[in-house]
Amino acid sequence: MDRFETHSYDILVVGAGGAGLRAAIEAATQGASVGLLCKSLLGKAHTVMAEGGVAAALANTDARDSWQVHFRDTMRGGKLLNNWRMAQLLAQEAPARVNELEAWGALFDRTSDGRILQRNFGGHQYPRLAHVGDRTGLEMIRTLQDKTVQQRSLDVYMECTVARLLKDGDRISGAFAYRRDTGRFLVLRAKAVVLATGGIGRTYKINSNSWEYTGDGHALAYGAGADLIDMEFVQFHPTGMVWPLSVRGILVTEGVRGEGGVLKNSKGERFMFRYIPEMFRKDFADTEEEANRWVADVIAGRKAEVRRPPELLTRDVVARAITQEVREGRGSPHGGAFLDIASRRTPEEIRKKLPSMFQQFHELADVDITQQAMEVGPTTHYMMGGIRVHPETQAATVPGLFAAGEVAGGLHGANRLGGNSLSDLLVFGRRAGASAAAYAKARTGEPQVRTDQVEAIAAELVVPFERAGEENPYAVQEALQEMMGTYVGIARSEDDLKHALAEIEKLRARAARVRVPGHRQYNPGWHTTLDLDNLLTVSEAVTRAAIERRESRGAHTRVEYPESDKRFGAVNVIVRRQGETMAVVQEPLPQVPDELKPVLAGEA
Amino acid sequence: MEEAHLKIFRGDRDSGAFQDYAVPLHEGMVVLDAIHFVQAHQATDLACRWNCKAGRCGSCSAEVNGKPKLMCMTRMDQFPAGTPITVAPMKAFPVIKDLVCDVSWNYEVNKRIPPFNPRPPEADGTWRMHQFDIDRVQEFRKCIECFLCQDVCHVLRDHDKKDSFAGPRFLVRMASLEMHPLDVTSRTAYIKDQGGIGYCNITKCCTEVCPESIHITDNAIIPLKERVVDDFYDPVRRLVRWLTGQQ
Ligand SMILES: Cc1cc2nc3c(=O)[nH]c(=O)nc-3n(C[C@H](O)[C@H](O)[C@H](O)COP(=O)(O)OP(=O)(O)OC[C@H]3O[C@@H](n4cnc5c(N)ncnc54)[C@H](O)[C@@H]3O)c2cc1C
Ligand code: SF4
Ligand code: SF4
Ligand code: FES
Repeated sequence: MDRFETHSYDILVVGAGGAGLRAAIEAATQGASVGLLCKSLLGKAHTVMAEGGVAAALANTDARDSWQVHFRDTMRGGKLLNNWRMAQLLAQEAPARVNELEAWGALFDRTSDGRILQRNFGGHQYPRLAHVGDRTGLEMIRTLQDKTVQQRSLDVYMECTVARLLKDGDRISGAFAYRRDTGRFLVLRAKAVVLATGGIGRTYKINSNSWEYTGDGHALAYGAGADLIDMEFVQFHPTGMVWPLSVRGILVTEGVRGEGGVLKNSKGERFMFRYIPEMFRKDFADTEEEANRWVADVIAGRKAEVRRPPELLTRDVVARAITQEVREGRGSPHGGAFLDIASRRTPEEIRKKLPSMFQQFHELADVDITQQAMEVGPTTHYMMGGIRVHPETQAATVPGLFAAGEVAGGLHGANRLGGNSLSDLLVFGRRAGASAAAYAKARTGEPQVRTDQVEAIAAELVVPFERAGEENPYAVQEALQEMMGTYVGIARSEDDLKHALAEIEKLRARAARVRVPGHRQYNPGWHTTLDLDNLLTVSEAVTRAAIERRESRGAHTRVEYPESDKRFGAVNVIVRRQGETMAVVQEPLPQVPDELKPVLAGEA
Repeated sequence: MEEAHLKIFRGDRDSGAFQDYAVPLHEGMVVLDAIHFVQAHQATDLACRWNCKAGRCGSCSAEVNGKPKLMCMTRMDQFPAGTPITVAPMKAFPVIKDLVCDVSWNYEVNKRIPPFNPRPPEADGTWRMHQFDIDRVQEFRKCIECFLCQDVCHVLRDHDKKDSFAGPRFLVRMASLEMHPLDVTSRTAYIKDQGGIGYCNITKCCTEVCPESIHITDNAIIPLKERVVDDFYDPVRRLVRWLTGQQ
């Protein structure tokens, strides 16, 4: 083992997006020594791309807001499948976490009385998203990054990928990683590991995610024996770019609709009025006049007294509506819908509130969004499912393992509300960092790492250079993405899902024949090959969980079971490793306590 | 199908050369698409950095036909058909492999800058700030750390003054702290001595390449230079500022 670079920490944080950074800051502040790893350079994680804002019931823009309303919106958006305690903590703690960012140097857009301005977003009853134009994630990640690098007893390992978690008996004892630039291996001993690796979007072809989103954290935790939860719930964001081909899937922020943008089909109809679900009927406008009045109120900075436009329904509803319009022949020329802000706001307002969208369409699609409508369609965006954690400590089911951010499951239930991810990162990143530090402090003895185990991992990782075979890693990845889009997409059937399982097996066989040329120094072909294993594990978990849930709820639609089913509303689907097979079981969902029931019903 | 011809730098710190690749063109294609095509079909080990593919993360910096660019925001159709397009790593930093270079120096510079230090909050624990007070700092905070400005600045690129000059990116960052309405630390001594602001002779090359259109020279560097002059070469102005508590 001496041939590997070796380090020891109290805590390893895997991932330097919002969740990882916030966890690392907290753990270091509590006196733990921390090693922080990320696959890209610091500041390039997914969090940097977040546009619309961070949801927190600050009640600056509308005094009627409160944690209770935020809690209710989150639970209803998640179709009541959320872990209620996580939703409660999110709603209660998000305001303090957002204010804290300001104390660390962040500058959010302001209200006229000098406080943090908030904008409307889908599923949130009141304007709730603190934001900076449409680059909120950049503000957040830079603030956290600059705070992180000021911490003593914290080392950052950029462009280092964790390939395996290490265990000492049934407890976590560290991680095995490789440096992407040199290809050299790293053994990191630690008393606790916090996974903050983000999502799985690269399992699908059309997605809004970066190369990093290969479900590493999900697969690492699964491999270490931890439970995964809600894996059937993959969020398809309704508005990704659809044209030109090279930008297909890139996100168009919900902020466009929050600022008054409307969706139309090829006949010029505002079709969303036809898709308001029963559960939300009393909260949404049913005529254009009412919807327009709401927008006029909001623009004028008045408290909106009428109901919201249906474009602001939750993402699952809007994504299905667009899909249906296209299927029935009313789609835009490139198979999407039209998103129009040009006829709603002045060019100056659009450029001020949505500068990145303006630039993105102007430079990549030759579309001037102050004059023309955008063409948009669903894109794989976010993973609701993830590592099963304790709602207060973020501890996974394996001792010493913690998870926060997109990689953790439970908070968002069957569908996440926009803006709730950024607050999730702050609230639960901090909690994970604090409880990992406490766990490490309480743990006696040094974590042990077995030499034979480490040698075996090192040998496995270099196999793609050595084996005979002629598969190309990019080709296998693309085939998997195509397959998942076709068979495990927005509308799912048992036949398709079973077919997908068979395909995954075939792709696994192909992945085992990938051979990569070149050497270990900065070799993306090699990295892609290693990532493929994670993609396959996650794809299987999503597919198996989707087979198990024989109902439609939130982001999960089963064509044979178009309705929600009470029985499934009371259970989570859990995926865990049993020897070499993937077990799928149902477990009861924690029940909302009596004192919160009136809050949920909107009576408190 | 129409094809584009690329000359891509392949190599490492010790040696390297431009190699030719042919890539099919499609509508709206950007240089990063072409690089990805080569990666997927012709050279799986071709190294490049990218994340967002939408000009947000500042990962995909390179020199396209000699100009510092984000590859994901550089359209192929702006180049004349038939002539080869060269893609090279940024020149101001050591190459690791192919299009990837070692930008770790930038992170070291950032770490040393005296951190944000706010005045005490109001009674409710938060601060009041008006939009017009923060507009100029928000401009600086748009920076995506692509380091293209660092790449083009002759002080770093041609004279390699990395030991004594922080470069435009970090002068922008220092400006964002100095002009932050809540911050109470003075960094003028730091900007002069460690930041090496005197090396900048306002050629504005940095501003020209900034993909976020930050007015690096006019809004950040020149005002910082003025502050340094006030504080170190004009004792009266310094005293007035100190007495009036003006930031
Ligand atoms: C375009 C876009 C816009 C969005 N807009 C919003 C919005 O407005 N509001 C909102 O609330 N949410 C938004 N989201 C969602 C939100 O940005 C993400 O869910 C969130 O940023 C995830 O943060 P994270 O900290 O969990 O992970 P990330 O920020 O993705 O960070 C993951 C980290 O883990 C590292 N990592 C992964 N695997 C490994 C490994 N094997 N070894 C080492 N490191 C690893 C990565 O390198 C990275 O540093 C948006 C998402 C996208 C894509
Ligand atoms: S203006 Fe100054 S910082 Fe910018 S490129 Fe010229 S010398 Fe460098
Ligand atoms: S100032 Fe502009 S050019 Fe320089 S790093 Fe920031 S975004 Fe890039
Ligand atoms: S990939 Fe993010 S800026 Fe180009």
